[in-house]
Amino acid sequence: MKRILTLGALCLGVLSLPAWSQKTASQGIDEYRAMLQDGNPADLFEAKGEDLWKQRRGPKNATLEQCDLGKGPGVVKGVFVELPRYFADTRRVQDLESRLLTCMVTLQGFNGEEIAKTPFGRGEQNTLTALATWIAAESKNMRFNLPQGHQEERTFYELGKRMFFMRGGTHDFSCASCHGEEGKRIRLQDLPILTKNPGDGVGFAAWPAYRVSNGQMWGMQQRLNDCYRQQRFPYPGFGSDATVALSVYLGVNAKGAASVAPAIKR
Amino acid sequence: MADPMRIRAQASGDKATVRVLMSHEMESGQRRDANGKLVPAWHIAEVTAEHNGKVVMTAEWGPAVAKNPYLQFSVKGAKAGDKIAISWKDNRGDTRRDEATVS
Amino acid sequence: MQNRRETLRQSAVVAGLLASTGLFPQWAHAAFNKAAFETKTVLDAVKAYGPGSITESKDVTITGPDIAENGAVVPIGASTTLPGVKQLLLLVEKNPSTLVAMFNVTDSIDATIATRAKMGQSSDVFAVAIMADGRALFAKKEIKVTLGGCGG
Repeated sequence: MKRILTLGALCLGVLSLPAWSQKTASQGIDEYRAMLQDGNPADLFEAKGEDLWKQRRGPKNATLEQCDLGKGPGVVKGVFVELPRYFADTRRVQDLESRLLTCMVTLQGFNGEEIAKTPFGRGEQNTLTALATWIAAESKNMRFNLPQGHQEERTFYELGKRMFFMRGGTHDFSCASCHGEEGKRIRLQDLPILTKNPGDGVGFAAWPAYRVSNGQMWGMQQRLNDCYRQQRFPYPGFGSDATVALSVYLGVNAKGAASVAPAIKR
Repeated sequence: MADPMRIRAQASGDKATVRVLMSHEMESGQRRDANGKLVPAWHIAEVTAEHNGKVVMTAEWGPAVAKNPYLQFSVKGAKAGDKIAISWKDNRGDTRRDEATVS
Repeated sequence: MQNRRETLRQSAVVAGLLASTGLFPQWAHAAFNKAAFETKTVLDAVKAYGPGSITESKDVTITGPDIAENGAVVPIGASTTLPGVKQLLLLVEKNPSTLVAMFNVTDSIDATIATRAKMGQSSDVFAVAIMADGRALFAKKEIKVTLGGCGG
């Protein structure tokens, strides 16, 4: 109750002054966000990710330096803006995090199923998040250019599109409920439209991100799974076809947008 | 041993701006866990900054400093090549020290 | 007979004064001034470091956003152009304990520091400069803390 009153008081406070004498709440929030840009705690995860890439780990006591993220073994620069994509060795379209897991399994000998079932923020999921943060940083400011040359990649785009508009769950929500139109907002949170390119550093181009509200680093997998939780759906699951397909849809739509990952968010 | 800090020190004119990101939970002591029990305060309590081995700033922090704290200050007379060292000690006695070179 | 609180405060004041003479090495300069971090008002927090009163001053600056999207991380800074400042304090009036951080200012650094604080609710935020002559000068600004949405 108290929280609603506080918000109500804030709204009244902002509305009761003449427009020209008070910056809008939206401008105020933009300023707040700008203040946080320098000194993003995501840097700490980035540093950890780089270490984990080069560290000998797992039953095979190997590094991840031979991991192929789409541009050849060991290439990390530029891979983030071309994922998800089709991989011939697994015969799957994979996103960054599921591909990192593949490498942890094949190169280092980790148990993939166990890690996929591990909740976000625990155990080796933290390893994946840190790695994803670093690899995203290696493509910072580069423009998204997901490949659609392989049939599977095109199929996954269509699958992702259907998933985006699929309504269900207790509230009959779909991704489109929040992200299907211009100018939507939840309280003071702007919701980008994701059926087309929403612009540089927005939507798909803004994850992985450090969320200040809970001090956690979130990769795209956690962001998508949590969207489903917010829609009152069960988690589709880490690295599932559903989440990869959605990523393809979002990533292809964002073609040309510059990535700002790792970003900082509320 | 705590995770490393990220220290950036950039010279400009006759001083260097130092920006530090520290990795620490900074538990406020106000939060309750899933069982309703208060999670005890756990935070960086003392911070020291050195320039070429000389202490130039010390600080005391309470639990209200944000998680994964950020700190910015300027050292007079620091130039490219100089060494900046930051160390902290938390209320459990854990410590961390990292160095950076002014660029 | 003075009570424990007064004793703590006095010893903190003495320790603080001694520390500012530069005679004490790094960690031994003073026990962490726990009393200061348990105070509930700006004035009490400042008193824990010596001065008996606070005066608003145009020469002290408090920086921070007008609105914080989330109270968990609010960038705030304190600075002053005045010479002879010994300490800079950052305080959030309505926090369970008012004092966020205290910085000992030496001649080797600018009297400007910035960090990020947790704010429990919308509140006035204070920057206090404690001068060598014992004056405590402050500037304040209101920072509104909003509830964010569900995303982002």
